[in-house]
Parts: sequence; structure tokens; C-alpha cells
Amino acid sequence: MSLRRLHHEQPESFAFTPANAEWAERQIAKYPEGRQASAVIPLLWRAQEQEGWISRPIVETVARMLGMAEIRVLEVATFYFMFQLRPVGSVAHVQICGTTPCMLCGSEALVEVCKSRIAAKPHTLSADGKFSWEEVECLGACSNAPMAQIGKDYYEDLDAASFGKLLDAFARGEVPRPGSAKGRFASEPVSGLTSLDVPKVHESNGSVTLATEIGDTVKRIDGTEPTASDLALGRSAGAAEAAPQPEGPAPGEEPAPVAADGEPDRPETPATEAETIGRPEGTDLAEEAGAEPVETGDAAPAPAAAEPAEPVAPSDEDKPELLADARDGGPDDLQKIKGIGPKLESLLHRLGVYHFDQIASWSDREIAWVDYHLEGFNGRILRDDWVAQAKALTADKGDS
Amino acid sequence: MSDLRTIIIDGREIEADPNLTVIQACEQAGIEIPRFCYHERLSIAGNCRMCLVEPVGAPKPAASCHLMVRDLRGGRNGEPPEVRTNSPMVKKAREGVMEFLLINHPLDCPICDQGGECDLQDQAMAYGVDFSRYREPKRAVEDLHLGPLVETHMTRCISCTRCVRFITEVAGVSELGQIGRGEDAEITNYLGEILKSEMQGNIVDLCPVGALTNKPYSFSARPWELTKTQTIDAMDALGANIRVDTRGRAVMRVLPRNHDGVNEEWIADRTRHVADGLARQRLDKPYIRENGKLRPASWAEALELAAERIGAAGDKVAGLAGDLVSVEAVHALKSLLAGLGSARHECRQDGAQLPAGNRSAYVGTARIEDLDGATHFMLIGTNPRIEAPVLNARIRKAWLAGAKVGLVGPAVDLTYDYHHYGDDRAALASLESAKVEDVLDKPTVVIVGQGALTGADGAAVLARAMAFAERSNSKFLVLHTAAARVGAMDLGFVHEGGIAGALDGAEVVLNLGADETEIAAGPFVIYQGHHGDRGAHRADVILPGAAYTEQSGLYVNTEGRVQMAMRAGFPPGEAKEDWAILRALSGRLGSALPFDSLDQLRSQLFEAHPHLAELDTIAEAEWQPLPAGELGAGALASTVADHYLVNPVLRASPLMAELSRLAAERAARPLAAE
Repeated sequence: MSLRRLHHEQPESFAFTPANAEWAERQIAKYPEGRQASAVIPLLWRAQEQEGWISRPIVETVARMLGMAEIRVLEVATFYFMFQLRPVGSVAHVQICGTTPCMLCGSEALVEVCKSRIAAKPHTLSADGKFSWEEVECLGACSNAPMAQIGKDYYEDLDAASFGKLLDAFARGEVPRPGSAKGRFASEPVSGLTSLDVPKVHESNGSVTLATEIGDTVKRIDGTEPTASDLALGRSAGAAEAAPQPEGPAPGEEPAPVAADGEPDRPETPATEAETIGRPEGTDLAEEAGAEPVETGDAAPAPAAAEPAEPVAPSDEDKPELLADARDGGPDDLQKIKGIGPKLESLLHRLGVYHFDQIASWSDREIAWVDYHLEGFNGRILRDDWVAQAKALTADKGDS
Repeated sequence: MSDLRTIIIDGREIEADPNLTVIQACEQAGIEIPRFCYHERLSIAGNCRMCLVEPVGAPKPAASCHLMVRDLRGGRNGEPPEVRTNSPMVKKAREGVMEFLLINHPLDCPICDQGGECDLQDQAMAYGVDFSRYREPKRAVEDLHLGPLVETHMTRCISCTRCVRFITEVAGVSELGQIGRGEDAEITNYLGEILKSEMQGNIVDLCPVGALTNKPYSFSARPWELTKTQTIDAMDALGANIRVDTRGRAVMRVLPRNHDGVNEEWIADRTRHVADGLARQRLDKPYIRENGKLRPASWAEALELAAERIGAAGDKVAGLAGDLVSVEAVHALKSLLAGLGSARHECRQDGAQLPAGNRSAYVGTARIEDLDGATHFMLIGTNPRIEAPVLNARIRKAWLAGAKVGLVGPAVDLTYDYHHYGDDRAALASLESAKVEDVLDKPTVVIVGQGALTGADGAAVLARAMAFAERSNSKFLVLHTAAARVGAMDLGFVHEGGIAGALDGAEVVLNLGADETEIAAGPFVIYQGHHGDRGAHRADVILPGAAYTEQSGLYVNTEGRVQMAMRAGFPPGEAKEDWAILRALSGRLGSALPFDSLDQLRSQLFEAHPHLAELDTIAEAEWQPLPAGELGAGALASTVADHYLVNPVLRASPLMAELSRLAAERAARPLAAE
């Protein structure tokens, strides 16, 4: 633990970029009159994202913006370890998790790499000023230990060699692919899945996708970045391909907004505003997109942003045989299939599925189509093996 | 609070208000709970853990300072909840907390100013153990520079945050904070700023250890060698209850005493740090002016000369009473003048047009206690922050509880928000149309400062203010700046036309400590006072008197409360008590005043003014509205130009001069770290 005090060398001044200032205003507006001080952590955090570390001018600017005493802001800034109080590397500040699981899996080797490659002591700039490092408490990626957080991203399953390569890449100006260095999707067993071994729908997990899509893992935030909802709502299939690939860190450089086309639409979407304001760290994107209702009525439904690499929307060629209404004798009791409840049943009826034999006849591609349209219940068909159940039920029905 | 709950504390069944905390309930039951961070006048922090008690049935001890009585759980069969404060669990908890607190405490008691009156010392003796298992190096913290009043030894700090809470909540300036965390947590000011509050000295009293100590007093005395005298302050009109600690004749320091009706337990810095002012520039022997120069003289000489001149002047003798004199001295002077057939006497040095005989207009009807529950304030021509900082803290307390404040007068930083009606008399006139229907049945207070009353139209301003108070059904308080003023007004020590009227045609002026007024050349001036200030410079004869800590005397504070100051030490040199000097002078004049002791004087005084006999009470003032008059023009600015230099005692203090200089520097800096 280092002594958390303001650095002895301070910049002359600080100002939010216009976009960040606007963002800050929106943050402040979230709180009722007289409670503006509640925005102190978001504002300090955004200032740190912009500048890399919290300086005295930042403390004073934030205090002025919120009508707080400077000492109150200083208290907050010196309390939380997430606020850097010394200059950090211009390219990356490396945070090595040193808590027990990571330590047992070899985080000490990573620290050694930091000591030899960056600086002998934490919170010290490397000779070229590009890097700094520190050891932090548990970052919650224990099953992918040891790991490092660099910028906004987690680099997991590291060892001294892969971590060294990572640093090399950063030094060259690239942004390496975050996530597991051993090729794991998330925290599944390293030796491969032993259960729930379904075909992978996504290329990579949400946070990795975000990093590769936006490519801002170590970029300074100046407020013009696309937000998660920009990506989720504003992007068409074409725009996804046009998304800039990570081209290395470019501090100070204007990042091209991915969803520039989508921008004007933003005010029309009520959800956008809220999400823009509460801009999460990039890693939240997958979660958010998943929770977002996808318009199934559209002819070309927008894919969830978390699955951009996948041609997710199955074409209508794969549509199974659907009925406008139940055949004579009424619909089968679909709830007999384990896993189908009243909600799913009505969903299926809306799609045009009324009978066991319909389900029993689905091919894999047709399953994918139906699965896609079972909004909120994706994966259930395979999980509960509806087709087999339906076949059995069809047979029973035939017998009776 | 009829809704009491029965709880059992240490086997004793008591009834407690469920809204109390357990520590308060224990206090009511007479059970002492040790504490460091808890203070009844500050918010609850709960970070020292010294007040741990055992709620029976709970798995762990709980901090009694923020455990509410209503949150205690009773037994399974409806038994009342039980709390133990002397169980083995509590004993062990206290010992553990003490051991933790002492880990980083330097234990430098022999060189610590707090030694002998240190909470940590006392509680370590009472509740701690005699050993520590800690063998590692202790942490050290750099000392802060908080200005000329508060000395810091931050290594001794136990992070109770009382100082932070006081400065933020009571003083209303967020200047202190706790930065860092864990072992690095440290109380600090913002990057070397010095404290700016007018009542910062109170953090020295609040500090339970020797981290914050009294800088002017540092290393000068031990508490057990001081004589403590409980008396009354005269630096402002609030009449704060103080304890004067003296060693021999010298005042070493001043501490507040608790009085909920007056100063709670705070005092302003100019009250606390008056010691060096009381020691300097003293008049310790009589002087006579000869050939334009003052020369030391004997009492016999000086009194002879004074009596001779007074005798020659007949009834053309005027008397002036200063801001620090006691009621007895004013009474003696008035009696002396009456014996000479003169009614030329005046006490209103600042020219405030306070109406004689109308107590509702020169004192008002509000008590200081009434400020606590008030929902609306109207401040007219006053800046309470510099006129009476402790009273200002009380208004702030009400404001924190939701009260609204309006101000007529120059916009200044009062440490709370207010609605500014305007600077001048036009704004006062506009109050006539202000809507008051909403506040008629609410407790509201109108406070009028001396600044509003000093103009030619002072009486009219006062009448307007009273009319507004009447219309809005508010209580009314005249905020005085001089400790002696209300007492002298009670005696009717006023003259038509104020000081000018009293001096008009006077051949001899008996100046009893009036240093804030110029006496034009002409009359022969006999100055009786304790400090060589403006009055002494103009004097032809100086009769050295005693200061407010050196004689017993009555003072009536701004709300009309009669309080008695006690003698903490003897006056220096040949100086005498005020009443005795006037008695001796009257003897020389051949018409001795009819008392030979202070007691006799008092009994005559009480006969003439029975309300003065009722110590620590406030006589009800009958509401007598004033006739309306024409308002003039101009701003209603406070009469106090320099908070730290309002009277001769403060002007004699180098420390106050330093504080005044710092305040002026801050005022000159346009953007003072706001």
C-alpha cells in the first residue's frame, strides 16, 4: 500500500473535454438539488479516465463543479485505491492482481516481470514513460488466475512469457486481444467443456468483444466514444463491419465513433439516454445488450451487440413449418414438454407452433431459427432437448 | 415524549426515550460509558469503538453511541431489552480498543500539553490494561500548520474526527478532513491552508488527546497548577460562560463552560485567547497629565486632583460607560453623578439609538435558546458571524435543521445560506409588504444588529424592525456588541442626544472605560479603566481599574440574562476595583456614596432594579412598539469593522493583531480558496 497523497509535481490546470464536461453535467443532474456532491466519484473517475491520474487541479475543478469543499473531494480521492494519485504510464497502467488465488497461480512471476520490465517499484513510471504498474487486491477473476487489468480490460491466464509478450505488444502500440491467454472463452475448464457442450454462439465473451470492437482498452476517455447502447441500437450489419479495428493506443487522438450514423437516433430511444449517462465500463456491454429487448418484429432484426462477429439472425430460409392456427382437435398441450411453461407455450403459439410433431420434425437450422425468435428463452430448445421429448410425445399420441 | 421504553442496563430497570442512543440512556441512568469520538453536540461518527456495550442476546458488542434504544431487542418471552456495560465481554472489548488506540499513540505524556486533562490518559487508566503486545515501529505523522491558535502534534491523533465534525458542522467552514485510509489516515487541512474560523479554538477542547493543543498557551502550565474560576466573558454581548485559569495573578487561558441557554459549550477565539491582551498595556498606577504629559502619581494625588476639578465643575460633570464595565460600576458612577446633580450620562458609544426604558426594544423578547427551534430568521443590519460567532453557530444549527434565514444588510458569508433582501433601508422598508401569513404560527426570530440602529434614523429602523416582528408574530432580539450595554441600559444610563448630548457643555468627563469614542478637546477627562487605549490617551487623570477577570460584577447579556462574573485574579499594581475607585472619589468630593462594600452596593442596586438580583434569568420584557419614523438612506452595515479588535483588551493583544492581519490578508485575496 502506498501512501495515498497528492503527487508532489502537479499540472498547472485541468479541464474536462467538452464532451466529458457535458457528460459530467448529466451526471450532476441525476441528483436532486443539494445532493450534487453525490456525483463526486463519477466525476473523479471520468477525470481519471481522461487524464490517467488525479491531480490537484482535478480535485479543485471537481470541488468547484459540485460546490463541495476541496478537502471533501480530497478525502474521497485519497480514500479509494481506484484513484491514481501519481502519473501513470502514457500507454498503460498495469494492475496485477496479487490476492491469494492469483498469487497461488503465479502472480508473483507477473510482478517480477513488472519489476524488471517497467520499474522496480510500483506507481513508478518506466524509463520511457509508457508504463507503470501496481499490485492490486482481488479483481474477481480468480478462475482465470493469474491476471492483470490493463486499462479497462482483463488479461487472464497469464504467465511470465505471455505477459511479457503482452507488454511488448503494448509497447509497439498495439492493443492485444484481452481475455484468456490460453484461449478460454470465459472461466470454463482449461481442458475444455465437460458439460453443456453446446456449439459456441459467440466468438468471444462480451468484454473481449467490446475491447476488440471499440478498441479503447487503454485509450483516454474524452467523451466522444460510442457507448454500449450506441453500438447496440445504432449499428446495422454493415456498420459492424465498418467498425474500426483496434489500431493501438492513441492517447489524445480522436477516436472515430463507431456508430456515427446511429448518433442522431439517440435521443429518440429512451433507453439510450439512461445508458449514455450511466456509461458503464466497456465490460458491461454484453450484459446490457443481453438484457435489451430485441425487436423480433423487424424484417431484419438488429443483432445484439455482444454477438457482432456472428451472423446471428438466421435467415428465413431456415424457418420451420409453421401454422396459422391449430389443426382440428385443438393444439397439443405443449407444456407436457419439460421446460415449457405457460409463457413459452404462448410464445410458441404466436410463432405458429401448436403440435408435438411440428417440434419433433425440427432440423438443427430450424432449431436455431426458432431459438432466435424465442426471445428471452434462447438455448432452451437444446438444453431441454425438446425435439426428443416431442418425438416421444408424438409417438405416445400415435399410440393412443 | 410519553412513549418510553423500559430497558435494563446493568440489571437496573430504567425508562428511556426510544429515540435516544444507548450511550445517552446510560448517561441518564448515571452510568458512565467511555468514549472518544462521540460528542453530544456533533454528529455521530462511531469510529473510536470505545463505547462498546453488550446488548444481551447479541453475538458481539455494539457501539452504544449509535445504537438506538428502540433498536434493542427484548427477550424471547417479552422481557425488556437488556444492556450490560460492565460484563466481561465489555471489559475485554474496552481493553482491546485501548490497546489498539495506543498502538500508534506516542505516549509522550510527560511532554504533552494535554497531560493531566487527557481523555486518553484517563480512560487508559480506567479501562485499559498495563501492557501492550505491540512491538513494531509506531507510525509518525507530520504536524500541520493550522495558524496561530491551534498547535498540532498529529502523531498523537487517534482519528476520532471530532475536529473535522466541529469545523464542518458547527463552525460551518469545511477546512479539515481526514485523508488517506487505514494506517495512512490522517486529519489534515487542505494543502496547508490555515484555519479561518472565528471559533476554531474549540477544536482544542474537543480533541480527546494532545493532537490539537492551544498554541499561545503551549508549554506554559500544567492543568493542576492552575486556579480555575468560573466566570462570564465580556468580549462580546453574548456573555459566554467561561472558566478562567490563572496562575498567581496571570490569566493563563480561558475555557468555555457549558450553558445550554447561552453558549452551549463553545466560545469564540477572541474570548479564549484573551490572555495576552489582559497582560499587556495595563494601567497599573494612577497618572496625572502635567504640561501635556502623563506622569505617574499616587492615588491620593490623583483622586485629590479629580475631586478638585469635579467640585469646580458643579453639575457640569458628564459620565461615560464603556463596553466592558459591570453593572455595579455603572450604578456607582450614576449614583456619583446623581449626587452632583448631573444626569449627563451615556453608555451607547456606537451611537445606537436604543430607547431608554423600553426593554422590549433594546433587548427584545427572544432568548438565545429560542434560536434553536426557530424556523425562520430575519437578520437586520447585523453580521452575527463577527458580532457574536457562537450565536451565529446557533443560527447555523437551526439552519441545518431546516430553518430559513433572511438578511437585510450587506451580503457576507455567514456560513449558511440566506435570502438576501438587500443592503439598505429600502430593503427594510420592502419587508412591509413581505408575505408573513405562512409563518405566523411558527417560531420565528427577528434579529436586529447595532449597525441598523446607529444612523440618524436608528429609532425609525428599530421601529420598522419591531413592526415587522409584530406583524410576523416573531420573537425579537437586539444583538448587542458590547457586554456592558444591556446592563447600562437597564440602569437608564443614557442621555438625550447620545454621547454628544451628554458631553454638551460638560466641563469634566468621568470616562469609565469608554475607549470607542472620541472626546473633543475642552473638558477635563478623568479616565478610569484598565488598558492604556484611546480613552487613556485623552485623559487628564487616569485612575487604574480592574478588568472583567479581576473583579466581581454583573453583566446582562444581549438577551437580557443577568450573569455574575467572578474575580479570577487581582488587578495589576495599584489598580483597584471599579466600584471602590468611585466610592473613594465620592469620599473626596465630600458626598460619600452610601455603600462601603460591594455587597452593600449590590443590595442598593437590587432594590432599585429587582430584576438584576435574579441571576441567570431573563426578565420578561413588556412589548412596547415604537412610533414609526422616517427612514433615511444607506446600507445597514455591521458596526464591527474588525472582529478581533473590538475593545481595548483585544487591541492590546499581539495575537489578536496577528489574527486580524491574517483575516485582512484573506479578505484582500479575491478568491480565497473558495
